[in-house]
Amino acid sequence: MSWLATLSVDQQVGALFVALFGTLILVTASALLISVREAQGASADRRARFRRDLVSTWVGAIVFWLGWMSGPIGATLVVAAFSFFALREFITLVHTRRGDHRSLLLAFFVVLPLQFVFVGTRSFDLFSVFIPVYVFLAIPVISALSGDPGRFLERNAVIQWGITVCVFGLSHLPALLLLQLPGYEGRGAFLLFFVVVITAVAHIAQEAASRWLRRRPLARHIDRSFSTRSWGMGIAASALLGAALFWITPFDPLRAAAVAALAGGSGTLGDLVMRALKKDAGVRYWGNRPSVTGAVGLLDRVAPLCFAAPVFFHSVRWFFRAPV
Amino acid sequence: MSRADLMGLLLAFVARLITGAQGHWLGSPPKAEQRIYFANHQSHLDWVLIWAALPRELRATTRPIAARDYWTRTPFRHWLTREVFNAVYVDRQRTDDQDPLEPLAEALRHGDSLVIFPEGTRSSLGDPQPFKSGLYHLAQQFPEVALIPVWIDNVQRVMPKGEVVPVPILCSATFGAPVALETGEDKRDFLRRARDAVVALRPSRS
Repeated sequence: MSWLATLSVDQQVGALFVALFGTLILVTASALLISVREAQGASADRRARFRRDLVSTWVGAIVFWLGWMSGPIGATLVVAAFSFFALREFITLVHTRRGDHRSLLLAFFVVLPLQFVFVGTRSFDLFSVFIPVYVFLAIPVISALSGDPGRFLERNAVIQWGITVCVFGLSHLPALLLLQLPGYEGRGAFLLFFVVVITAVAHIAQEAASRWLRRRPLARHIDRSFSTRSWGMGIAASALLGAALFWITPFDPLRAAAVAALAGGSGTLGDLVMRALKKDAGVRYWGNRPSVTGAVGLLDRVAPLCFAAPVFFHSVRWFFRAPV
Repeated sequence: MSRADLMGLLLAFVARLITGAQGHWLGSPPKAEQRIYFANHQSHLDWVLIWAALPRELRATTRPIAARDYWTRTPFRHWLTREVFNAVYVDRQRTDDQDPLEPLAEALRHGDSLVIFPEGTRSSLGDPQPFKSGLYHLAQQFPEVALIPVWIDNVQRVMPKGEVVPVPILCSATFGAPVALETGEDKRDFLRRARDAVVALRPSRS
């Protein structure tokens, strides 16, 4: 790997994309070869699911590449669009009342754009407190002004939670891209790539482990496959991968493994939380299958990232004690 | 491309951005045949949602009904309904010597498809109100036109009565199997059957 250090930052990022798309092309080619063979029943089902996952991985990789190509502003806009769609899906799933109309307008058309403007302009201090402090206080005020006291706290909690997860959580992705760490300038793409890959691998490892281990689920009514053991396997897989990828991060292998474990563990927990939410909303559809509400399952896919990105971002900042 | 076409594309884009405008074609495929779509009515956005859910080729020949006094009052409203949506104007004040369905019948004779809301007014949450008889008369006069029931879901959450800015919430329009007027069927039976066909398309919330 020593020759990598001799390359410029742009060349390193280029190498990253070559590796990413190369792997994807290899996986797609082998999937094509396997698909020639006939499949029935469960294995055909698994193949169809794998194909859907592969397609969304391609979409994710291309979006990532486009985001990098178009620079900080483009990347921020791309994630802002994702955040908008995720929040739209979240609000569709929960119950809102007429009195929430103004609060929802505030969430979609004021809070969301402002948060991403703060990211784009690198105002990281305001970015960190805007939603947890100012929006947290503004939402109930707007709601009270609308004059509907019914289920007051519940309605506000739902909206605040949606904003925190879909806007605040996701806005940490472009923030990683824009973070200027001492001695690590211009390499935000690696951090972003690191957290996305780690979360995805943690998720896949946890799913695979729960299929092999068949342990007693921790929360049977929410997710039949989630057990302490499988969660631990997810964390272990992300720690291993994090250590293996330490050279793209500003950390040494041990610290890279630690932040990776943190991100992977919180990502899989985010998935669990989103499952609970969907169970409550009465949605049985999961992943890419279209549901009656027209929700396309974007929320399911970004949920691990919504949880992992803020945890990762703030642990990186804390590690560097960067006043950025 | 004219300014009206651009406006149409823009409106369809905004409708999709805000509501998703998902069209679910359960009982009938989107097809270039003459049709009357009849739907539940909850919000001003209902028409835009159906229109945005239709394939682009069908939008030009599918026309809404607009109240003449309201939609021709300002030049912009008039332009919007006439040029962009190609609306069929009806008078709300009924004169004795005029059949209120005549403009609709003329559009159908011309070969266009229509979208109508047979409840007459917007119903708030819950079940749609009983259907007005216009649908029955049109079905009688034009037996060759397919009658497609449509259920529009969630729209009342996007823009409740009295609000002007829509909130982004996913909505869907579900298109069902055609309902035909049977020979000798009573008006009330037919209207009840048509209303049931619309209600049956409501997605179950379990």
